[in-house]
Amino acid sequence: MRELIEYLLTHVPLLTKVPSIFVYAVFILIGAGVVLGYISVMVIIWVYLERKVAGHIQARYGPMRVGPHGILQTIADAIKLFMKEDIIIPTSHKVLFIIAPFLVFFGAFAPFVVLPYSESLYLSKMNVGVFYLLALTAFEVIGIIMAGWGSNNKWALYGGMRHAAQMICYELPMGISVLTVVVFTGSLTLHGITNAQGWLPWQWFISPLKSPFTFIAGFVFYIAGLAATKRVPFDLPEAESELVAGYHAEYSGMRFAFFFLAEYTAMYLVCAVTSLLFLGGWNGPLPRAQGWLGNLLGLINVLSKTYFLLFVMLWLRWTLPRLRIDQLLSTSLKYLLPISLGALLGAAIQSAIF
Amino acid sequence: MLYDFANIVVFLVLTGVLVFGTLLVGRLVRTQKPTPEKNTIYECGEPPFGSSWVRYNIRFYNIALVFLIFDVEVVCLFPVILVLQHFKLISRTLMLVAVGEVAFFVVVLVIALIYAWHKGALDWLRAPESPYSVEESHNPE
Repeated sequence: MRELIEYLLTHVPLLTKVPSIFVYAVFILIGAGVVLGYISVMVIIWVYLERKVAGHIQARYGPMRVGPHGILQTIADAIKLFMKEDIIIPTSHKVLFIIAPFLVFFGAFAPFVVLPYSESLYLSKMNVGVFYLLALTAFEVIGIIMAGWGSNNKWALYGGMRHAAQMICYELPMGISVLTVVVFTGSLTLHGITNAQGWLPWQWFISPLKSPFTFIAGFVFYIAGLAATKRVPFDLPEAESELVAGYHAEYSGMRFAFFFLAEYTAMYLVCAVTSLLFLGGWNGPLPRAQGWLGNLLGLINVLSKTYFLLFVMLWLRWTLPRLRIDQLLSTSLKYLLPISLGALLGAAIQSAIF
Repeated sequence: MLYDFANIVVFLVLTGVLVFGTLLVGRLVRTQKPTPEKNTIYECGEPPFGSSWVRYNIRFYNIALVFLIFDVEVVCLFPVILVLQHFKLISRTLMLVAVGEVAFFVVVLVIALIYAWHKGALDWLRAPESPYSVEESHNPE
């Protein structure tokens, strides 16, 4: 994106007449708008697919009524949510209640600044890349605690606290497994990490031939990502059958829709980051090419891996039962944390010896 | 650098506009008929009793403390791990020293983890013989 702006600034004579900061602002706004639009449309399609896949896994049809095979179902749901009455409970803490959806939404969307879609399709190549990504996801925790506390509802409070505990527990193995990869790349940018992997599957970090320790780290990262996005089997914060809906029990209409959108965005983010860090990103099975064709192939590579991982999330949802809260916390602190620490040490020693 | 921060600020503004703008636009089309029943907290149909802003289970605090130790560890490790490959280019010995330091740091924290584990800080359900036992909490005061 930056290269594009600089290219345009030097080559298009019209743009040299206006102040360059203005050009930058407009193009950044366009880029961010495209990313936001892409994610919103993706979520609409993905929710439909999720309901369809869930239906077929359970030997039923899923949505069938709205449009042919129910393809307009999600759009109908979105319109319904838009028209719903917006209830703010008088006994709630209004400031926290209103700010919480925004914080959660921002925490889910801000990491997309550093996320590349292919070799030269990206917004920013920040040198703290993954670190920024891990740091910004913490916004979600704050937003969720605010939502849980601000609602003045016991279920919401339980859900919010559970989610906070779960997220902070699983952030540790996540951060350490990212470090395991950084040992080999010496770079925190997602570009650097992806380019450190080769074109063939056994040159990716998920392959035990590249390093057995990043192989372990890849699985740890994905499991921790599942927990951080509260997917089954880690969906304790909203456990429909125990807590009514978790931290967003009191939210209605669009305010609820933003929580929902943020949740699906976080899912997409985890899968995209896993595909970039461990599955080779745009260095995919498709052949290498130059110029725009290379970008297109890279984009297809990244997206196919991301959607495959998203599909695995759905698959797990209908395969595994929910954990108990003590099992959840001990999975993180007693298993994943020591395993990821061991993998980190092993990776450091491996890179020192070989 | 400035460009990257500009991106983040644009995202902040754009998400803010999207969240609050949509709510503002939605005000034109949605119904707004509050009744006392709608404005009560949902507690499975029962009339809600009391406030939910109460003192909360101490176990979450314990988990947060354990988290704090290891999160600081991760943050401290990031800069060291990042330069390992650059050290490797300079000299092998330098890298081995750095890896040794990382290993020492991690081992010290693993000892902390073992201590916390032994003390039962990682257990959600406490064993009765732990120092914070059930009997103590049943004191008649």
